Amino acid sequence: MIMEATIVSYCKIKNNTVWVNGEKINIDNNSVDFSAFLVNLYRQMNLNYPKFFKMDNLCKLGILAAEMVIQNNSKSENFEKDKVAIFLANNSSSIETDRNHIKTIVNKNDYFPSPAVFVYTLPNIIIGEIAIKHKFTGENAFFVSETFDANFMHTYASIALQSRHTTDAVCGWINVDGNEYEAFMYYIEKKNLNKAGNGLNTHHTAEMIYKLYN
Amino acid sequence: MSNLIETLKAQIIEQLNLAELKPEDIDPNAPLFGDGLGLDSIDALELIVLLEKHHGIKIQDPKDAKAIFASLQSMADYIIANKK
Repeated sequence: MIMEATIVSYCKIKNNTVWVNGEKINIDNNSVDFSAFLVNLYRQMNLNYPKFFKMDNLCKLGILAAEMVIQNNSKSENFEKDKVAIFLANNSSSIETDRNHIKTIVNKNDYFPSPAVFVYTLPNIIIGEIAIKHKFTGENAFFVSETFDANFMHTYASIALQSRHTTDAVCGWINVDGNEYEAFMYYIEKKNLNKAGNGLNTHHTAEMIYKLYN
Repeated sequence: MSNLIETLKAQIIEQLNLAELKPEDIDPNAPLFGDGLGLDSIDALELIVLLEKHHGIKIQDPKDAKAIFASLQSMADYIIANKK
């Protein structure tokens, strides 16, 4: 049986609008600022994950996007979570939280750095938050680049998926800089495309990733 | 004392981003960590900052922290005993 790397679901979140597998999702009250939009989306998804409120906006966006692609693929609960990799990238690293952290240390007479803010001053914590929530313990990497590079992401994920230690991968682009933000995430699974069943099920190629992203 | 308890509830909800919690949900005698509010190690650090920032109290001996942060009531007792 030939197993092929297959994109089984994807989502995009931008300008307070959400698309999952190409379909626009209706969001209650999306005419709000970015922070309020994230909370609205969380409540609409009934996630019941109080830790969400402790995260910075970058991680909140990553958690919601990951939830979209994981909920909307054909996986059963009985798969090997130690073989799920996470590969993400962005342009602005953790700049928004870096700025918030600086505000807490800039005044020597009011010098109270917040540990809860400081822990989010690295972008790869998004991977940690997704991994903790879904108990994924596979390989992971976070990259910072000028723009989303589908060729690079395809190559990196393909190499990982050739290993017997990786069967699935959550990949994408999660960027936040002030109220400007963008999430594009997709879920790759090694599967027999002839028995693909429901869902998106399209070949994992750089061209396809570009197509889904744009 | 009851005013201090209510103030601490509001400060904890704000400082620890417990957005889904209302002040009345917090039992002053329930454990803050473990089964109670389920706080984690980062929250413990935030509580230390909260004591210093809002109440001007610096914990001198880290070994005391476990007893001080056992519950909201124990936090309030510590603040009253150490307020300058």
